[in-house]
Amino acid sequence: MTAPGDMPADGAPDRDPARDGAQVQIGLRDVELRYGDTLVQRGLSFDIHRGDVFVVMGGSGCGKSTVMRCITGLLEPRAGRVLMQAVSLWELPPGRRTRLMRRNGVMYQSGALWSSMTLAENVALPLEQYTALDAAQIRDIAEYKLALVGLADYGAYYPAEISGGMRKRAGVARAMALDPDTLFFDEPSAGLDPISARRLDELILELRDSLGTTMVVISHDLDSIFAIGDDSVFLDGISKTMLATGNPRRLRDHSDIEQVRAFLNRGRERT
Amino acid sequence: MSAGPAANTHHPPPGAASADFRPDPAESGTSTPAANAQSANAGATGAVIHFAGSWRLERPLPSLDTLRATLQRHGALQQLRFDTSRLADWDSGLAAYVAALQRLCEQQGIHCELDGLPAGLRALLALTGGGQRRNAEEGIAGEHVEESRSTFVRRFGLDIIDLFRSTGEIMAFFGEGVIALRRFLHGRARFRRSELWLIIQESGADALPIVGLVSFLVGMILGYIGDQQLAQFGVRIYVADLVGLGTVIQMGALITAIVMAGRTGAAFAAQIGTMQVNEEIDALRTLGISPMEFLVLPRMLALILMTPLLAIYADLLGILGGAFVGTTIGGLTLTAYLIQTQSAIAWNHIAQGLISATVYGAIVAASGCLRGMQCGRSAAAVGQATTSAVVTAIVFITIAAAVLTILFDAVGLS
Repeated sequence: MTAPGDMPADGAPDRDPARDGAQVQIGLRDVELRYGDTLVQRGLSFDIHRGDVFVVMGGSGCGKSTVMRCITGLLEPRAGRVLMQAVSLWELPPGRRTRLMRRNGVMYQSGALWSSMTLAENVALPLEQYTALDAAQIRDIAEYKLALVGLADYGAYYPAEISGGMRKRAGVARAMALDPDTLFFDEPSAGLDPISARRLDELILELRDSLGTTMVVISHDLDSIFAIGDDSVFLDGISKTMLATGNPRRLRDHSDIEQVRAFLNRGRERT
Repeated sequence: MSAGPAANTHHPPPGAASADFRPDPAESGTSTPAANAQSANAGATGAVIHFAGSWRLERPLPSLDTLRATLQRHGALQQLRFDTSRLADWDSGLAAYVAALQRLCEQQGIHCELDGLPAGLRALLALTGGGQRRNAEEGIAGEHVEESRSTFVRRFGLDIIDLFRSTGEIMAFFGEGVIALRRFLHGRARFRRSELWLIIQESGADALPIVGLVSFLVGMILGYIGDQQLAQFGVRIYVADLVGLGTVIQMGALITAIVMAGRTGAAFAAQIGTMQVNEEIDALRTLGISPMEFLVLPRMLALILMTPLLAIYADLLGILGGAFVGTTIGGLTLTAYLIQTQSAIAWNHIAQGLISATVYGAIVAASGCLRGMQCGRSAAAVGQATTSAVVTAIVFITIAAAVLTILFDAVGLS
């Protein structure tokens, strides 16, 4: 039930055929996650292809964010392997692991901007720490990244002075500071009005198209999932494992699994 | 099904809520139209509960206990019906009562016939699914029930496990701190210099008024008590010795440390704890920036630098406080008081005070940062972290004061 072959491989109008040959950016192999003794998810095996918008979806509390914490190097899996460009993340010594972790950028649910610093300083910090650029260059890059997410004039603001949607955008700018290979978004549309949520979705697509960055989006927002998802995995909170992978629109219409169809159709059966 | 005050005109003001239990004489045959076939052959084992009056949360409601006792007395009861013809109005007070009654009946194997209840109330009851069944479905509430029934032995065991875990955490924190310090000494630690200056300003310069005020007052108190005692022997001039030595050796450092614990240590715990809640620490970690270097190290450095300086300032103001009492009440001249102080205090006394202050500063910073890093992910946890930071700091300052006094004596510094 976990194999991608679960879905018909052909005949889907919205499937990009080039994707089949795409390289695997991140792969999970039979990963099991626990907090203490509490099982969160197990038996997770799926591939995230380069350049895709990959959605990790499922009901509230099913462990979506925990999966993200594992892939981004914050929570060690109890079993299984996380492969980043064929390198097993959790089998590396800590020093090399952090170097690999820096190839990821993460936008946290609330933005998680460092509240004692301005937006420009937030974006600049990773650059100060990990590049040999001088202060003026860093300032320019920080301004450029803020402009990319539509916050060109807000560099001098503190996180507490701007709205929730702007904070998320600034979080994206910071996540992109080091030009990561993969960008993670934890619930991008949570707590946003429909228009801001839509604009954030558009931003994700624009950035993917222009930079070729792989996007991993944690979400339970159906509009957003169907609008941006190329590929996805569905996590179930009751059986505590993944139930399906594949293009979310196709899962909605053709999945054999009742929970997946129910979730993607807002609990209503389609006629 | 008469609800609302209008139907209640024969009951002048809506009476107090009541639930009367009566055996059901008209059980079989002439039962309510909605009674189903099952209840028809229940015979004399049925009963009716009459709800009357106003069942609203803001009024006193009858306790279920009386009804429970009645039900137990009627051991053979198999079916329960409800009559609400005299019910004035109701809200969730009645719904909760009936839901609890339903659970009770379920346990005793009594069938509850809900048809006599208002339609709205029946819908509400259907929503909660008869109380317990839904909890069992979600499987979460059950665990909590077990948790709250913990015995003394169980709590004691959990406390011991907690103690081991927290000792482990403190050791890990200490170890990581040493690694961060080593990287700092090699000039490889990652933190922002501007942040360090800001912390130095906030914990140092901004603390001058409160440290000054408390030290001056404590100096005055020492001076006043000393003066009263020494005047009996006619050696009032020794107030200067008493205040000077007391302040320089111990009180200056101790006052500074306790003010710092309440002011700066608590702030550190709250800052770092809030960062934990906002995932700001996670954001640092994913970038490969160690929060130990980035957040803890500058705070430790700032307090290790600033606490001794503040202690010197506290010493000076303490001596001034003593001098104020000595010159006004004690009748000494300021010059005489200061010369006497100068002759009493030697370098080793100052060294004791400064070493103590440095140790206390490290303790305050470490407690604040440790509790902040251990903070859970809620607003309540930040409050606990702050409280715990101050308590931890004060406990360890007291222990350190005792240990240092013995050490100074052993190395001949006192």
